[in-house]
Amino acid sequence: MLEVCSLTVDYRTRAGNVRAVDHVSLSLEKGQTLGVVGESGCGKSTLGFAVIRLVQSPGTISEGSIVIDGTDIMRLSEEEIRRVRGRVGFIFQDPMTSLNPVKKIGDHFVELIHTHEKNVNKKEALKRAAKILESLEIRSERVGDYPHQFSGGMRQRVMIGLGLALNPKLLIADEPTTSLDVIVEAQILELMNQLKRDYNLTLILITHNIGIIAEMADTIAVMYAGQIVEMGRTEDIFEDPLHPYTQGLLKSAPNIMHPERSMITIPGSPPDLISPPSGCKFHPRCPNAFEPCALREPKLIQRGQRLVACHLYD
Amino acid sequence: MSRAGSTGRILVQLLPRFVQLKGRGVAGWTVIIGSVLVASIVVITILAPWISPHNPIAINVGPILAAPTPEFPLGTNHLGQDMLSRIIWGGVTMLQVAVISVAVCLAVGLPIGLLATYAGGLPDKVSSLVMDSVYAFPGLVLAIAIAAMLGRGVVNMSVAIAVVYVPSYYRIVRSQVLTVKELPYVEAARALGGRSGTILFRYVLPNVVPSIVSVATINFADAILTAAGLTFVGLGLSVAVPDWGWDLTYGRQLLPAGAWWVITFPGVMIVLLALGFTLIGEGLSEIMSPRLEQ
Repeated sequence: MLEVCSLTVDYRTRAGNVRAVDHVSLSLEKGQTLGVVGESGCGKSTLGFAVIRLVQSPGTISEGSIVIDGTDIMRLSEEEIRRVRGRVGFIFQDPMTSLNPVKKIGDHFVELIHTHEKNVNKKEALKRAAKILESLEIRSERVGDYPHQFSGGMRQRVMIGLGLALNPKLLIADEPTTSLDVIVEAQILELMNQLKRDYNLTLILITHNIGIIAEMADTIAVMYAGQIVEMGRTEDIFEDPLHPYTQGLLKSAPNIMHPERSMITIPGSPPDLISPPSGCKFHPRCPNAFEPCALREPKLIQRGQRLVACHLYD
Repeated sequence: MSRAGSTGRILVQLLPRFVQLKGRGVAGWTVIIGSVLVASIVVITILAPWISPHNPIAINVGPILAAPTPEFPLGTNHLGQDMLSRIIWGGVTMLQVAVISVAVCLAVGLPIGLLATYAGGLPDKVSSLVMDSVYAFPGLVLAIAIAAMLGRGVVNMSVAIAVVYVPSYYRIVRSQVLTVKELPYVEAARALGGRSGTILFRYVLPNVVPSIVSVATINFADAILTAAGLTFVGLGLSVAVPDWGWDLTYGRQLLPAGAWWVITFPGVMIVLLALGFTLIGEGLSEIMSPRLEQ
C-alpha cells in the first residue's frame, strides 16, 4: 500500500541545513496502522507531510522514493500530486484552527469534493457531506454552521470527515487528538478505530502519546532526530524495547498496570539538527552509551522481527 | 426585479445589521455617527440639483462678498456666487475623487499584495521594494508631483492620490496574507488537494477583507484631505467646477478682508466628511479586529 524508501527531507535555512527526515524507509500493508512516535521536533510531522510531498519551503525532499498504491509520488507533476492529495486523507493536529473560519462546514466538503470530482454538483456534495457528518454523529442540519459554532471535538470530527470524504485508502493523522481533552480524545480514537475497520483504511498515526499508539497501532516506528531508531510490532516493542531511546520513552509514560513505578524522564533535549552530534545522534543522552557511539552512526539492522539502530546490538 | 426594488431590499437587509451596531458599545456608536455624517453629505450631494437655491457657478447672483443674510445664508464670495449653493454642489468632486482613488488603490494594491505575497520569494521582494520606495515619499508632495504631471481632471487627481496610498493597502494586505497563509486551515486545504487559486481566493482573501475594509474607509478621509490640498495648491479641477478646495483657496485670500464665511463653511464640510469616514473606519477596525474585542 505504502512504500517509502530512504526518504530525506532537508530544510535549508540561513543558519544551516536541517535534516528533518533522514533516510527513512518504511512499508505499510493495506489495512495496517503504523504509529510514528518521538519527541517534538524529531521529524514525525515532516515525515507525514512528505508522504504527500507537502513540504513547505525552505524544506525540500532531497532524496528517496514514495510509492502509494502503486503510484510513484516523486514522479508526479504538481497537478497530479494535487489530485493524489485529496485521495490520501490528512487529519491535522489542531482542529481549532484547521477549518476556514469564513466558510460553512458544508462548504468545506463541497469544495473538497468539487475539487476532485468535477461532475458532482453542490447539492449532491452537500448530501454526501451530511451523510459523512451523520456517520460521525454530527446532526446533518449543521452543515450550514460555521466552524466557530462547533466545539473542539466536533471540529476534529469534521476534520476526520474531510479526511474521509473522498474514500481514501490511506489516512495520515498528525497528532489528531493532541489538543483535545481525554474524554473527547477517547471518543475520537474509538471513532477512528471503527472507521478503520469499516473502510479497511491504512493509517499512519503520528503522535507523541505512547498510550494512543499502544491502543491503535499494529506497527510502531520510533523516530529520533529525523531517523527511525526502532521499528517493530507494537506488542514486541512494548514488551521488550531494544533501543535505549524507546526504553526511555516507555519509562517516561505513566503505566496503569504498574502505578507504583515512577516515571523516569530522558535527560536533556533533542539535538540541534543544524549541527547534530557525531555518531549515534542519541549518544549524548543515552544511559548505555559506550565508545563506538560517538564515533560511528549505528545502522538500522534486523533483529528478529524488529529493526533497530543501536551499537548495543551490532 | 426593478432597480428600486433591489435597492429597497438591500436597505431592508442592511437595517437590522445597522441596529446590531448598537450592541457594540463605543465602537458601534462611532460607526453610526460616522455613517450619519457621510450619509447626510452624500444625500445633500445627490439632491443638489433640487435643493440648491442658485446656480453654483453663476456669478453675480447676489452682492459681492456679502456676509450671511437670510437670502444668502452662507454669504457670497468675491464673484457674487452663492456660498450655500457652492457648498451643496461642492461635495460631488470630493466624493468622486474619494471613491475613484480608493477604487484604484484597491484594484492595484489588493491583487499585488495578494499574489506577490502568496507567491513569496522574488515577486514578494520586488513588489515590497517598489511599494516601500513609494511609501518613503511624503504623501502630499508625491501627489502634487504626479498631479502636476498628469494635468487637471477628476480622474487624474484620483490617480495621483491613489499612487500615494497604494503602498498602505499593499502593506496591510501583505501582513494579513503572511499571517493567513501559514495558518493550519490553509495548510489543511493544501493537504486535501486544493488548487492555489481556490486557496488564494476562498481561504486567504476572505480573511484579508475585514482589515481592507477599515483601511479603505479611513483612506476615504485621507483622499478627501489630499484632494482638498491639491486643489488648494492649484492642481485641482477647473474653476468652473464647484469645489470645496477652490473655495478654500479663494477664502484664504478673502480672509484678511474680514470675509470669514468664504473659507469657514467649505473648511467645515471637508472636516465633517473626512471625520465621518475616519469615524466609520476606526469604529469598524475596532469591531472587526479580535484583539480589541472584550
